Amino acid sequence: MNTAAITSDAPRASAWRRLLMRSEALRGYLLLSPTLIVMFGIMVIPMIGMVVLSFWTQLAGTTFDTALTLKNYSDAFTREMYRILFVRSLGVSLLTTLFTVLLAYPVAYYVAFHVKRHKMVWIILMTLPFWTSYLLRVFAWKIILGYNGAINSGLISLGAISEPLTFLLYNPTAVVITLTHAWAAFAILPIYVSLEKIDRSLLEAATDLGDGPVARFFRIVLPLSLPGIIAASVLIFIPTVGDYVTPSLVGGTDGYMISNAIQFQFARGNNWPLGAALSLSSMVIVTAIVLTFVFAVRRATARIG
Amino acid sequence: MNGIGREKNRPLAIYAVLYLAFLYVPVLFLPVFSFNDSIYISFPLKGLTTQWYASMIGNEPMLAALGNSIRVALATATISTLLGIFAAKAVTRYTMPGAKPVIATIMLPLVVPEIILGTALLIIIMQAGGTLSLLTVTLGHVLLCVPFAMAVLMSRFEGFDRSMEEASADLGENAWWTFWRVTVPMAMPGITASFLLCFTISFDEFIMAFFLGSTDPTLPVFMWNQLRFPQRLPGVLALGSCILLVSFFVIALAEYLRRRSSFNDDSAKVTLD
Repeated sequence: MNTAAITSDAPRASAWRRLLMRSEALRGYLLLSPTLIVMFGIMVIPMIGMVVLSFWTQLAGTTFDTALTLKNYSDAFTREMYRILFVRSLGVSLLTTLFTVLLAYPVAYYVAFHVKRHKMVWIILMTLPFWTSYLLRVFAWKIILGYNGAINSGLISLGAISEPLTFLLYNPTAVVITLTHAWAAFAILPIYVSLEKIDRSLLEAATDLGDGPVARFFRIVLPLSLPGIIAASVLIFIPTVGDYVTPSLVGGTDGYMISNAIQFQFARGNNWPLGAALSLSSMVIVTAIVLTFVFAVRRATARIG
Repeated sequence: MNGIGREKNRPLAIYAVLYLAFLYVPVLFLPVFSFNDSIYISFPLKGLTTQWYASMIGNEPMLAALGNSIRVALATATISTLLGIFAAKAVTRYTMPGAKPVIATIMLPLVVPEIILGTALLIIIMQAGGTLSLLTVTLGHVLLCVPFAMAVLMSRFEGFDRSMEEASADLGENAWWTFWRVTVPMAMPGITASFLLCFTISFDEFIMAFFLGSTDPTLPVFMWNQLRFPQRLPGVLALGSCILLVSFFVIALAEYLRRRSSFNDDSAKVTLD
């Protein structure tokens, strides 16, 4: 130990150093501290700030009445406009989650069980679009579904229709279609990972015991891939409820979601406390739904198992 | 071999190819119309032109936005990757009580809607009397990128050959120099992948830049502002096509480095021998 030399000069530093050498946890947290401090400063403290602000009242300009009140929350939950937006956001996200998982599952299954070589190429190909500009991927759907967009102008020039179809863009359906496309990677990856983990000998055993492909799928593959399905559902449901870009670009007024109301309160509406209350309310509702869902699935599978 | 998988499943293969088409074809409409000689984005195509690309060269506000985006993305990628290195090294190297909830907290931005993270940051910045600038945008982007950096780097640090670091310590290097001269070079593919990933996330990010930015926009916010003017749409398409092309290359490179680094852990050892 070379600490002996230091001991004579600075006994306190040495004691600190010895503690550091001995305690693995302390060294770990010391190394982790820059990240923790930064994340605390830009996430935890702002979240606390948002909770506090949601109990205040906006005065003219950028000043607040700091007397605590529940007015913002009662507004968020009783005004009909917000109730419609909450219900629509949840509905759009639920449908998006459902379609994304349903569409992605067969592909994940195909890559996990049928692709022998170049599995990684498949996975990279399917996740690549996810990393490119979200704004541009959503905007592409505006071009496709628009009044003079690709589908309408394409069908008209083919002579299939004489008037542009107006039901394509600016409604909740357009939002669901766009989100299902935009969030595909979040379904494929977790489902693929859970399918890849399945012990292949279980499938052989099922075949040996007389299960056909269909029975084998429903009795072994599907239950064992449930963790992937749950992960995918949660990863898609939570962020899509608060999505702002998609409802703004392809939703129209009929497709506006809660994030549009939040953005409005922080901008032209200039009622930040109400915006904060709407943000936090949607987060609490979403968390409650997700926890109920995960808990219910766990209970159901535990009973079967 | 197992019974499943050897059998060919043609319908499933066809579905998989169709699904890939569903992922890629919508995005391809952007480059297709960016070469169309008409300000209207509709079929039939009017003819081939590169004028929308040519008009980008002299577009000062766009070039300024591009500069802003590059600066923010470089800063974000550097800061996030550094923070990711510290955090990933700490949780994979040391056994720490309470590490799980701590990791979960750092990963939280992955599952909280961006608009909530963005408005929360906005509130605290304004309450602290700060002004919005590219710096505040960078803060928002670091928040989004740290979880990705940490995830990429953790997969690199796991299954790390500890004997290299021990050898370095035995030969008299202190912990600090061992970290910089042994650990970091061995983790280099992961570090590069993390840097490229964070750069792309930041470069393409809109919500944080929209809420936390000033009148000096990043490229996605600039594009958002252009969408209000129909006559500028072809220009936006040309710009978007360029961005897509560059993003694809950078991400493919990052993915290649990351997969190679986590799937083949011998690569680093070979180069050190």
